[in-house]
Amino acid sequence: MILRLINSTPINNRWRNTFSIGSLLLLLSFPTIAQDDESIFKEFSGYVGADYRYFFEDGLYNGQKRSFPSLIIQPEYLYEWNGGDNRIKFIGFGRFDRDSRRTHFDVRELYYQTVKNSWELSVGFKKVFWGKTEAVHLVDIINQTDFVESFDGEEKLGEAMVQLSYSSSVGTFDLFYLPYFRKRVFPGERGRLRTSFIINDDDVAFESQAEETRPSFAARWSAFTGPFDLGLSYFNGTGREPFFRATNGGGFQLFYGIIEQVGIDIQATTGPLLWKVESIVRRSDFQDMWALAAGIEYSFFDIASTGLDIGIVAEYLHDDRGLLSFSSLDNDLFTGARFAFNDTQSTEFLIGGIMDLDKSTKLWSIEGSRRLGNSWKAEIEMRLFDDVDQNEFLNFIRRDSFLQFSLNKYF
Amino acid sequence: MKNTLLTILGLFIAIGLQGQSAEERGIEIAKAADAYDQGFGSSVTKLTMILTNKQGQESTRYMSNQTLELTEDGDKSLIVFDSPRDVKGTATLTFTHKEGSDDQWLYLPALKRVKRISSNNKSGPFMGSEFAYEDLSSQEVEKYTYKFLREEEINGVNAFVVERDPVDPKSGYTRQVVWYNKENYRLEKMDFYDRKNALLKTLTYAKYKVYKEKHWRAGEMNMVNHQTGKKTQLNFDDYQFDLNLKESDFSQNSLQRASR
Repeated sequence: MILRLINSTPINNRWRNTFSIGSLLLLLSFPTIAQDDESIFKEFSGYVGADYRYFFEDGLYNGQKRSFPSLIIQPEYLYEWNGGDNRIKFIGFGRFDRDSRRTHFDVRELYYQTVKNSWELSVGFKKVFWGKTEAVHLVDIINQTDFVESFDGEEKLGEAMVQLSYSSSVGTFDLFYLPYFRKRVFPGERGRLRTSFIINDDDVAFESQAEETRPSFAARWSAFTGPFDLGLSYFNGTGREPFFRATNGGGFQLFYGIIEQVGIDIQATTGPLLWKVESIVRRSDFQDMWALAAGIEYSFFDIASTGLDIGIVAEYLHDDRGLLSFSSLDNDLFTGARFAFNDTQSTEFLIGGIMDLDKSTKLWSIEGSRRLGNSWKAEIEMRLFDDVDQNEFLNFIRRDSFLQFSLNKYF
Repeated sequence: MKNTLLTILGLFIAIGLQGQSAEERGIEIAKAADAYDQGFGSSVTKLTMILTNKQGQESTRYMSNQTLELTEDGDKSLIVFDSPRDVKGTATLTFTHKEGSDDQWLYLPALKRVKRISSNNKSGPFMGSEFAYEDLSSQEVEKYTYKFLREEEINGVNAFVVERDPVDPKSGYTRQVVWYNKENYRLEKMDFYDRKNALLKTLTYAKYKVYKEKHWRAGEMNMVNHQTGKKTQLNFDDYQFDLNLKESDFSQNSLQRASR
């Protein structure tokens, strides 16, 4: 191996390269580094972006700002060898914002993966998605929500795990060992979309004596047959969603309990019509709950031969915690429409609304995106909180309607 | 003596052919073309798509494709996008069926989400190009009805000209006219007629290479839209036929791994 290195490139350069990749990479790839160059693949990619978020009204609480210019960077690196049977993947994320808490950095992914026949083993930080519905992701429990990044729960933090996956003719079986729990981070004093009180890192309590080091375990089976795609999942460990608890001093505290959760998710794909159901049952010493999301998605393709696709989504959301529900989605209806123009610039719009069926609360959103040139992308996002009921959790952020523009450069 | 025998044989064939309807002869050619390419097993290739608008402005996309041949049912294929960079890693997995709708999954790398999608979109543009989804899906014999039109010379080769009508009512075409090379059944040209039966697009094949002795693959496909003046060139590079892909290379885990 050393001989090959000397022969191929000046040794100084070669060593410098090796060290710059990092000693971890070198260690893990050492046994197979003498492979043919053809079976090795490496790529650096990612994006940098700038966005500007403007809130239409002053905040409810002291210190809150109205405009938030922000910078984002997401570097990605992939190193594959043995023709892809071994890989190391890294995705980092960083945001610089006026709100000190929203300024944050995260390792979204940094894992080693090895594949042998139908088996797959991953060790490291990783993101995993489970589920079928669009408005909420009830069964998706592996990763903690990156709450300062997106208040709708779509963005996730990287989670440390050992994942063993087996693909067979009767579906995919996944086992997870999650050794370390990550707390949800909430906006700081200047930030919007927050509660009246600032949630500090110290205002957190755990049911487990081991706190964050209490390991969690999860298992999932997923399969498809004919028009059906289904998943069954089980989770045992520290729940990702905190409870709010009043403290003796009159403040609030976040409490992470030990939970057991069973989830089921099903989709039936019948022509242009998709049927979707997700449901969970969660048990803990402090609260038992169940929740359901069920709905349809119907697509009209290539309307009048223009290439335009319109997809309509309607989903009913139920959470039996009612007013205690963190999400406020206790008995709500989500409707949305997606417009994809399928042009060279991939222009898209998404318009959606969530209506509470018992109360007046309504939440509207508009999202749009369009590629500029080959590697730039412009995005627009608007969220409106409309007539929020004062008994709802969302009441804390009733004045936080905003409009946001983003520009990203991909490389 | 040998010549006489051949003449007699030729006569029998000619008589036999006369007794055959245009429909019978059409499907015979389609089946022969399908049979000719049977046994390729699996293939992997890199694709470059060059989109040109009316003003002549170009934009380029890169992707890779792997295909597994199945004989009892339609082929399985996996496409991964490499550029435009904002969709890098987006991948689709398709199980084609000879009858009924295909099964299709989309992998969205930013969300780590595998989503089963409707395969009803036949006529819509693929990645903003002049290729519709149905132009790029596995061309199973059962997906069309056929009618032999004539024999003629095209680009210096003799060709069978066959009309084929899509069975699927969701197709964007009333009919297609296909030029099959008489010698090896490779496609030389295709005309597409829209729902109003007006000529919409013409696809021409170029830079053919033969793999594993009998599997012809075009290195270049050019689609011209006569109604809009836009065109799309599709280049195929690095064809590999010896990777022996298996069904397990087309699982949902494989779909996620292929996204890189």
